Amino acid sequence: MLTAFAILVDGLVFASWLFIVALGLTLIFGVMKILNVAHGSFYAFGAYVAANAIGVYYEAGLPPLGGFALMAGAALVVGVVLGTALERGLLRFMYGRDEVLTALVTFAVFLMMEDVIILVWGADPFFAYQPYGLLGVTEAGPLVLSNYDLSLIGLAFTLCAVTWWVLNRTRQGRLLIAVIHDRELAAAFGINVTRMFTLTFVIGAMLGALGGAVTAPMISVTPGIGVEVIVLAFAIVVIGGMGSIWGAVIGAVVVGVSRAAAVHLLPQVELFVIYAVMALVLAFRPEGLFSRAQARKI
Amino acid sequence: MKSTIATKSRGGRARLLGLAAAATLAATIAPGATAQGSLKVGIVGFYTGAAAGPFGIPARNAAELVIEAMNAGKVPAPYQSAGAGGLQIDAVYIDESGGTAKVVTDYRNAVQRQGVEAFVGYISSGSCLAIAPVAEELATFTILFDCGTPRIFEDASYTYVFRTAATATMDGVGAARYVAAKFPDIKNYQGINQNYAWGQDSWRDFELAMKALLPNAKSEDSLFPKLFAGQYGAEISSLSVKRPNVLHSSLWGGDLESFVLQSSARALNRQTTMILTTGETTMFRLGSKLPDGIILGARGPYGVYARDSELNTWFRNAYQDRFATPPTYPSYQMAQALLGLKIAYDKAATAAGGSKPTSAQAADGLAGAEYEAFGTTVKMALGNGRQAITETAYGLSKFDKETGTATITDIIRFPAECVNPPDGAKSVEWIQGGMQGAKCD
Repeated sequence: MLTAFAILVDGLVFASWLFIVALGLTLIFGVMKILNVAHGSFYAFGAYVAANAIGVYYEAGLPPLGGFALMAGAALVVGVVLGTALERGLLRFMYGRDEVLTALVTFAVFLMMEDVIILVWGADPFFAYQPYGLLGVTEAGPLVLSNYDLSLIGLAFTLCAVTWWVLNRTRQGRLLIAVIHDRELAAAFGINVTRMFTLTFVIGAMLGALGGAVTAPMISVTPGIGVEVIVLAFAIVVIGGMGSIWGAVIGAVVVGVSRAAAVHLLPQVELFVIYAVMALVLAFRPEGLFSRAQARKI
Repeated sequence: MKSTIATKSRGGRARLLGLAAAATLAATIAPGATAQGSLKVGIVGFYTGAAAGPFGIPARNAAELVIEAMNAGKVPAPYQSAGAGGLQIDAVYIDESGGTAKVVTDYRNAVQRQGVEAFVGYISSGSCLAIAPVAEELATFTILFDCGTPRIFEDASYTYVFRTAATATMDGVGAARYVAAKFPDIKNYQGINQNYAWGQDSWRDFELAMKALLPNAKSEDSLFPKLFAGQYGAEISSLSVKRPNVLHSSLWGGDLESFVLQSSARALNRQTTMILTTGETTMFRLGSKLPDGIILGARGPYGVYARDSELNTWFRNAYQDRFATPPTYPSYQMAQALLGLKIAYDKAATAAGGSKPTSAQAADGLAGAEYEAFGTTVKMALGNGRQAITETAYGLSKFDKETGTATITDIIRFPAECVNPPDGAKSVEWIQGGMQGAKCD
């Protein structure tokens, strides 16, 4: 019983973290059809900026809860600055070209950003541990659960709800859905597709940076943290269906719970299980769990 | 890559100082004749990527410091003669990142295009396994300074390849001996190690040694999170449910620090005694965030475990002054490898009679040597005199609130012959056989 409870909680916490990281990636692909490998850079920059800001903030002895606002601020700044720079400075020249070529361009950006991180912050790690202990722990028998970890479930749920609300209940969201369905037709109806692209990319970058910012207090922020994240985020997006928000939710939950079950019950297959789930899904639904079949234009 | 280029010969001074040292110290480390000119040495390590912070940069820092001092003849006795065999060391720093194919290509390019004559480097066991046969093929004197796999000299025989640090077998056996000495009544133990060769081998050696030393303690299913996982929530829950008395881990770098941060927030350190075989690299960075009572290793008697000596005092102070942090074990291992290079070329210079020594002469100079390094005595005792053994040490973490520094208590030292297999024995078989012939008194 205790193990089942631990699997459920661990699975949901990990799924929430995966969803926060993958949401921006799937949003950008859904709207822009860009497989954005540089999403890992947004994550890493979000973590570094948040870690630096949190370090300075707590050294100054300011109110502890303000550290959480700093994390959101870091995501906002990184998303706006890097997202705008990358979309306006580079990706807009790639629109209309082969999607594989665009993916390679974002991969090149990702590699360069890894070196930029070392140039700016060096190779030594950064710690921003204060917010992690601030929320305390919850004891469930022998299990001691971090409330910070549990709060990720709430954050993921909130992001999911807000994304649904924006897409389905706001004018901008409906315009975005129109672009997702058919960008040419949307442009023909007078929607400023270029502006929607920029907006979507910046929001996607902010979500990637938010993933890094909320992860920073849990880890040692070191060069290379974006690499592993982008691989996992891609797995989630592929399982759920490229560009599907609900797909990302279900993909994250399936992977999160599967991995937690493996760690508790059969640790030898922990590494294997994420990719086994992905292979299984792709074998039966090559387009992912929630991706709609696309009509081919002639 | 930054390189230090110095060509001025200081052979005369080296000869005089060498003779002075010979009066009081082993003749093997005093050059009888010195060559003139420079020796181009490749210094290889992870200078980018996740391993740069904990290993590559501290090693490079040590290399810069020691080479500069060596060239100036400022390393304390018995190494006060300038250069290596009178040759000024011209360092070429080469990044180990990028995989074994790139590492091998870089090695070949360095030898064949840049004219690099000797190497000191390599952190990853994968790199070492790939480089050793290439070094042999190119007949280039190469000292491996950090990588842990015992397979290098157990599976092959080399002329030009050396390793001046002990293998990872010592870490596992030393850890098990510490547990057996301090916690002989434990009921069970478990591991959390990265899912690649280093993590798998580290757990295997520890588990085998524990079975030999504490056969009544139960080995639980070990956890193998992937390299650079960063998130250990499920693993910490699993360990909290199973509650092993002792938890072994060879996690390193960001993975280790992330695990410590997450597990201490969830009080895992109060439920189990952790043993972190590379923990010394992170104790100063984590500071008060590293809980008390964790068993820390340093892959040998380095860093906080280094023995007091004039050499150690000089190295420690010079490093602290220059880099504003104490040297950790990768720094010590790099520094002691450079002493090995110096010994090899000092001796080879004598054999060469004033000419520039060949790689073969340098290899003859270091084979079977025994020398005092910054932390301990290095004995080139295995692999036909090409693989070092050293003593090792483990202790418990203790944060000193008064001084605000991380310290170690309850240190136990294990002699080299207690934690390393004898020459000719294979590590795994030696441990499985109950570590026959170990001399621990």
